[in-house]
Amino acid sequence: MSRTTLDLWVGVFVAMGIAALFFLAIKVGSVSGSDIQSPYTLTARFDNIGGLKARAPVKVAGVLVGRVSEIRYDNERFQAEVVFSVDGRYKFPTDTFANILTSGLLGEQYLGLDPGGEEKMLAPGDVIKKTQSAVVLEKLISQFMFSKAAEGDTAPAK
Amino acid sequence: MGGVLRKLGSLAINGVWRLGFITRFFWMILLYSGQSFTRLHLTLRELYFSGVMSLLIILVSGLFVGLVLGLQGYETLQRYGASESLGTLVALSLVRELGPVVAGLLFASRAGSAVTAEIGLMKVTEQLKAMDMMAVSPIARVVAPRFWGGVISMPLLAALFSAMGVFGGWLIGVVAIGVDDGAFWAQMQAAVDFRYDVLNGVIKSCVFGVAVALIAVFEGYDCVPTAEGVSRAITRTVVSSALAILALDFVMTSFMFRG
Repeated sequence: MSRTTLDLWVGVFVAMGIAALFFLAIKVGSVSGSDIQSPYTLTARFDNIGGLKARAPVKVAGVLVGRVSEIRYDNERFQAEVVFSVDGRYKFPTDTFANILTSGLLGEQYLGLDPGGEEKMLAPGDVIKKTQSAVVLEKLISQFMFSKAAEGDTAPAK
Repeated sequence: MGGVLRKLGSLAINGVWRLGFITRFFWMILLYSGQSFTRLHLTLRELYFSGVMSLLIILVSGLFVGLVLGLQGYETLQRYGASESLGTLVALSLVRELGPVVAGLLFASRAGSAVTAEIGLMKVTEQLKAMDMMAVSPIARVVAPRFWGGVISMPLLAALFSAMGVFGGWLIGVVAIGVDDGAFWAQMQAAVDFRYDVLNGVIKSCVFGVAVALIAVFEGYDCVPTAEGVSRAITRTVVSSALAILALDFVMTSFMFRG
């Protein structure tokens, strides 16, 4: 085989390989670095975080604005402390409400923010005070059973 | 009893000796790489033989693995009404595991065995010794280009395998079965992260490339210079490459994808 055809084939091979990598990067995956720009961190404390994990999405009005970076247990408050980074382009009022929500019935859990009406904005490193814990299905069911049982007790007395 | 123990001891000593030899051999290849890169066409030629010639088997196998993943994945997912997640299933399993591993196994049997046979036959016909006599280092002239040819082509082949597999999954899922096209790609993109999934897969394939190429050139260089010795060396290349790939894959997965 002559030198030029060999070079041509090797060139075609390398170009194909790099094209496949680009396909995997752009069409199959999403480049995580680009969608969150100049992030700043916020913290929120929850009584119960359910199944929330690090790298879980942070959403406002359904739009992805950041990711959970760290989850730890605060031994003085007996609460879970969720540290998350938010895109620097977005600002939130100080009375923003943080919820742990589930996408779909069996989907993954994410951190949902509901912006409030304050004029002051949260600064990097601030703590969100208004939080709502994850819905734990077992607790919900036991509450329901309890109220049903209570109904059953009072019904014959009428 | 003493005989068994003696056998075990000699086995252990032999194993450690070979491990030391392969490490020194690896070091020698790295030392002579600069010298072999000054004649780049040698490496390009090996890139052609191990990379371009493996394209057909890699592309076709990737397509079929993707097709099978699409069929079997759909079968299970549609029971839970989650057939739109088919793209996620196909892409994640290919990019993280199947792409690097299966491409590595195919590469070891297609290109690694050929390299071992070539170097082994050179040893049998005393071409390596002749080079040494002429003050041409056989490691710089023969071994290093084949090693780098394998190391460079392996990640490219693994990426092609994964891309072809995703295309195969799309063919079965979207074109043949009728999963929604937009949901297929959107769910895939939401679940597959470039740094976490794709880049870790590429790192895996690079490591497999080094392992397979090193084993292939080493077995060829180390073979007993007879017809039987060469055939044994080729068998050992394929077997130890496969074992090395699977073991390394387990180790790397447990480091990379810990929940």
